[in-house]
Amino acid sequence: MSPENKTMSSNTLSEVIDRSEYRSLLSRITSHQTFWVFVAALLACIALSLLTDTFATDRNLFNVSRNFAFVGIIALGMTAVIASGGIDLSVGSTVVLSAMVVAVLMSSGMPIWIGVPAALLAAMLVGLANGILIAYAGMPPFVVTLGGLSVVRSLGMVLSDNKMIYEFGPDTAMLLALGGGATLGLPNPLIVLGVLAGITGFLFKWTRWGQHLFAMGGNEQAAKLTGIPVMRLKVSVYMFSALMAGITGVLEVGWLGGVTTNLGQAMELSVIAAAVIGGANLAGGVGTAFGAIVGALLIEVIRNSLILLGISTFWQGAFVGSFIVIAVAFDRFRSARSSD
Amino acid sequence: MSALRLDNISKHFGAIHALTDVSLSIEPGEVVGLMGDNGAGKSTLVKVIAGNFAPTSGEIHIGGTRANFHRPIDAQRAGIEVVYQDLAICNNLSAASNVFLGRELTRQFGPFRVLDYAGMRVRAGELFKRLKSETRPRDLVKRMSGGQRQAVAIARTLLSDARIVLMDEPTAAISVRQVAEVLNLIRQLSDHGIAVVLISHRMPDVFQVADRIAVLRRGRLVASKRAADSSPEEVTGLITGAIELA
Repeated sequence: MSPENKTMSSNTLSEVIDRSEYRSLLSRITSHQTFWVFVAALLACIALSLLTDTFATDRNLFNVSRNFAFVGIIALGMTAVIASGGIDLSVGSTVVLSAMVVAVLMSSGMPIWIGVPAALLAAMLVGLANGILIAYAGMPPFVVTLGGLSVVRSLGMVLSDNKMIYEFGPDTAMLLALGGGATLGLPNPLIVLGVLAGITGFLFKWTRWGQHLFAMGGNEQAAKLTGIPVMRLKVSVYMFSALMAGITGVLEVGWLGGVTTNLGQAMELSVIAAAVIGGANLAGGVGTAFGAIVGALLIEVIRNSLILLGISTFWQGAFVGSFIVIAVAFDRFRSARSSD
Repeated sequence: MSALRLDNISKHFGAIHALTDVSLSIEPGEVVGLMGDNGAGKSTLVKVIAGNFAPTSGEIHIGGTRANFHRPIDAQRAGIEVVYQDLAICNNLSAASNVFLGRELTRQFGPFRVLDYAGMRVRAGELFKRLKSETRPRDLVKRMSGGQRQAVAIARTLLSDARIVLMDEPTAAISVRQVAEVLNLIRQLSDHGIAVVLISHRMPDVFQVADRIAVLRRGRLVASKRAADSSPEEVTGLITGAIELA
């Protein structure tokens, strides 16, 4: 018997239970899926730096971190939706709508301080519509946001007449700097991601909004019975998700320097994958802001590695898709074990 | 003064008379076992008391004053709490979070109002102690036994300083040992002067804990007597109609 076991057996039962419930920080961290995903992403980075001489270059890292930031920002909103027990398939389309609104307004000569708020407002209206249909009309989130996916992208096309926009009027330089520039050596989208992740983490853990959101995802009936305003809460969650997509849209315009209507196409899949890989449970009630970021990081690193290793980009979808399935399977095995 | 007095409560749904002239009064700290077959009107009566339905006729008095409930929240404000079996518990949250769900404690943190986890844990711990339950505030409800989950549900009622607690089948789906735990919790509530209405099909549970047995049959109250003066046989007869009145 190891010395550790001896001391364990000499303690009272409740102390042992206490120890297993509130273990040391290290063992608590290692019991989280997020931690292992983080390790996987880190290992992938190390492997890539050793295997290729292109990964660890400034230019590539700059690109990776920016791409990762876009998926990560939306994944924060998606995590909120998934933790509340819903799903939002319309985020990719909301990205293009927000991008189009800012592009169209600014190319018509409007200043940036009108263009950007208008874009965010348009995005939040999408969330409002989703939320009202889901909460008040009682429709399944999958159906509502699937419809939204199509409707909203179509609106983006109507708005731009399906043309590429690359002229943004007098404030062009500011818009390009916003999404494409860097501050203190860090790409701006990455900084935005960091700030939003902090805010989201704070909201989840320390506010009644977060507490109610997770309660609703865990047991909607209970949330209702305890007097939580479930309907309003749902609307706010979808608006939050749409706002994150809207912010991403604005940043992407600046980064790309032009918008076409296929922006953000199929992005919802990467985002859902990021959230789920990061530990959000599609059954609701579980998810973290940090997890969303780590999930987004892993996906982007894998995507980048496929390109750098010379594997056809056609394989990307296969990877992202299998990741969702694997993450959910992982979660099912774990919950099957713990319910024994 | 009685904690709850029902005067000639009737509830009709169109032609269906779910309750007819039910009069019942319950003293503070009294545990009343409400029994009856399926469809006898137990749930309807509970829903009337809890403010889900307004009675078609009759009056409800709480602590001597006439109550007029339009919504469940009115009843809650008057000190009536309902313990729903498993329905009102979130498995993914801690015991303390569940106790405070919907009325979380907050404290000022700079410009923000943040959740006061420490305060909620301490307060929940006190409530569990009062209930003489082993439940620990930080534990996730997911990992708890049926008895501990009931303790969480019941602690919610202490938090709001309830005067009357309605419990719908609290011992239906749990093991024998946990039943004893729940019956203990009910006694704790009663010791704190809270009136408890216990709806149950399980005769032994009711006789173990109830001071008085009330029996409904086809919407009418056919008995309301001290448990000590009755017997499971008599109650069975009253429920089925083999005995008309007692």
